[in-house]
Amino acid sequence: MAEKLLKKGNEAIALAAIRYGVDGYFGYPITPQSEVMETLMEEMPWETTGMVVLQAESETSSINMLYGGACCGKKVMTSSSSPGISLMCEGISYMAGSELPCLVVNVTRGGPGLGTIQPSQGDYFQAVKGGGHGDYKTIVLAPASVQEMYDFVGTGFDLAFKYRMPAMILSDGAIGQMMEKVELRPQVQRLTDKEIAEKYGDWATTGKSGRKANFISSLALEARDMEQINLRLQAKYRLIEETEVLFEKHLCDDAEYLLVAFGSSARICESTVEMARSKGIRMGLLRPITLFPFPTRIIQAMLPQLKGIMSVELSAGQMVEDIRLAVNGAVPVEFFGKMGGIVFSPEEVLNAFTAKFNL
Amino acid sequence: MQTTMDNDIIKPENLVYGKSKVLTDTVMHYCPGCTHGVVHKIIAEVIEEMDIQDRTIGVCPVGCAVFAYKYIDIDWQQAAHGRAPALATATKRLYPDKYVFTYQGDGDLASIGTAEIIHACNRGENIVVIFINNAIYGMTGGQMAPTTLLGMKTATTPYGRKAELNGYPLKITELVAQLEGTCYVTRQSAQNPASVRKAKKAIRKAFENTTQKKGTSFIEIVAACNSNWKMAPVKANKWMEENMFPFYPLGDLKDR
Repeated sequence: MAEKLLKKGNEAIALAAIRYGVDGYFGYPITPQSEVMETLMEEMPWETTGMVVLQAESETSSINMLYGGACCGKKVMTSSSSPGISLMCEGISYMAGSELPCLVVNVTRGGPGLGTIQPSQGDYFQAVKGGGHGDYKTIVLAPASVQEMYDFVGTGFDLAFKYRMPAMILSDGAIGQMMEKVELRPQVQRLTDKEIAEKYGDWATTGKSGRKANFISSLALEARDMEQINLRLQAKYRLIEETEVLFEKHLCDDAEYLLVAFGSSARICESTVEMARSKGIRMGLLRPITLFPFPTRIIQAMLPQLKGIMSVELSAGQMVEDIRLAVNGAVPVEFFGKMGGIVFSPEEVLNAFTAKFNL
Repeated sequence: MQTTMDNDIIKPENLVYGKSKVLTDTVMHYCPGCTHGVVHKIIAEVIEEMDIQDRTIGVCPVGCAVFAYKYIDIDWQQAAHGRAPALATATKRLYPDKYVFTYQGDGDLASIGTAEIIHACNRGENIVVIFINNAIYGMTGGQMAPTTLLGMKTATTPYGRKAELNGYPLKITELVAQLEGTCYVTRQSAQNPASVRKAKKAIRKAFENTTQKKGTSFIEIVAACNSNWKMAPVKANKWMEENMFPFYPLGDLKDR
C-alpha cells in the first residue's frame, strides 16, 4: 500500500531527498524554507542512508559545498529562498561552467532586497535566464503541489546528472508552507563510492585510483578554448529544449483564451478557468512545469485556436516575456500579476482577464 | 673523458635525489624565485612518501596557484575565489577515507575567503590547509593583500600601506589557532634547505593528522613574491627574512 503522509512542501523536499538516495544536503536557514533542513536534522539520515547533512555558515558556503560534493560525483543539494539564492548564483555559474550536477531548491519570497517572507514568483528571470554571470542555463522545475515538491527532487537529479548541469526547483512560500497529502516513493539506494568511481570515473574527483588524474575547473584562459566550452554548453541547452519540456494542459482542447501560469499561480488559475467556463468563456490553462526548457512550441502549436493569452504571475511580469517571444505578435498577450508577497484570488484574475480582453 | 663522467653520474646507483613521481613534467608558470614551486614539490614528495596519490583530492584557489592541478598529479577541484574550504568540507565529509587539502594564497584565504576558512577550521574539518602568505596579490599584478605589511608598497598602496587608510595586516594564522576545531597550526617558510625540510615535515604531519580525526591542520608558509615585490629572488628572500618574519614569526602555534 502506498505510504501517504500529510506534509508541508518543505518537509516533502527533505523526505524526498532521503528517499531518493541523496548523498549530501548543505544549507543555511532562511524563511520560508527552513523546514527543509530542520526536517533533515530530525530524520538523521546519516544513521540510515548515510546521507551527509550540514548547516553551512552562509549560502555562499553551502553552494560551494555543493560544488565540492558534485566534483566527487555525489548527489548533492541545497535549498534556500530568494536572497540566499542571489548569494548562490556565483557558485551556480561555476557549476554550470564546470558541468556539474546538483539540485538547488528556491522557495521564493517577495523581493527585491530583503523583501518579505510571503510567496512570490519574482525570481523567474534569475532562475531561467541564468542568475549568475556568463552564458549558462539551469534546468528549472516549477512544482504546483506538495507531491510535486517531493517528486521533482528525483526528476531534478535525474536531469542534472543526465546533462551534468545544475537543476533548480523554483517553488514559492505558499507551496513550501502548505500541507497536502504526499505519497512517498520507495527508498532508492545511494551509490557506493566504488559505483561512483566506475560510473563517473571519466570526470569525477574521487581519487585517481587506476586512471589518469581528473580535475574540475571552469577556467579556460585561451579564448578559443572558452568558445568551445560555450558552444558545447549551448548545444546541450538546445538539446534540452528539444527533449525535456514538461507542461500540463487544463481544458485547452477547445480553448479560445489561454491563461499561462506556473506553480501556485497555476493552482489559482484552475479556479479562474472554471469560473470563466461557467460564464461561457472558452478558457484553458497551460502550466509550464519546466520553465527552462520553456514550452515555447506548445504555445506556438496552440496559436491557431487562440484569440488571446494572459500570463498570470506573482511578479511584475517576467514569464510573459518568454510567452511573447513564443507568440511573436500572432495574438495579443496580456499580463496580470501582484507583487511583494500579495497573492491574487481567482476572481481577481478573471476580472483582470475580462477587462483586458473586453469580454 | 667528460662524456664518460656524465654517464657515471646518471647511473641509478649514483642518484641521491630525484623529482617526485607525483610531480608532472609540465613546466611551471611560476616566476623564477617564487615559493609556490618549492611548496608544490614538497607536497608531491609527502604524497609520494605516504603512498596516498590515489586517495588525495586537492582544492586549488583563485590566484597564482589556480594551475596547481597541472603540476601535482592527483585529482583536483578548482574553487571559486576564497571558497576552497567549503569544497574541501563537502569532499571530506562525503569521502571520509580520502586525504583532502586546500592550497590557498593570502587574498584567497584571508580576504575573500575569511568566512569559509574560519568556519571550516571551527567545525574541525579533517582537512589540510596550505596557506601561502606572500603579502600581495600575485596573479592580478601586485595589489595589497590582507597580509601586506604596513608601509609596504603595492599596486593599490603605491605610497605604502597605511593603517588609517587600509587597516592592519591580518594575522589569520593566530586567529585560526584560537579555534577549537584546529589541531595543528604552524607557520613555516621555504627559502633555504633547512626551512624546506621543516616545512615538509609539517606538511607530512598535517596529512597524517587528517586520518586521526583530530581536526583541521593549518600550515602557513611565509613566501616571497619577488616579481610583485620588484626584487631579485635572493634579495626578496632576504627582505622576507628581515621584514616578514618579525611580524609573522615562524614556528608552531598549536599542536595537539
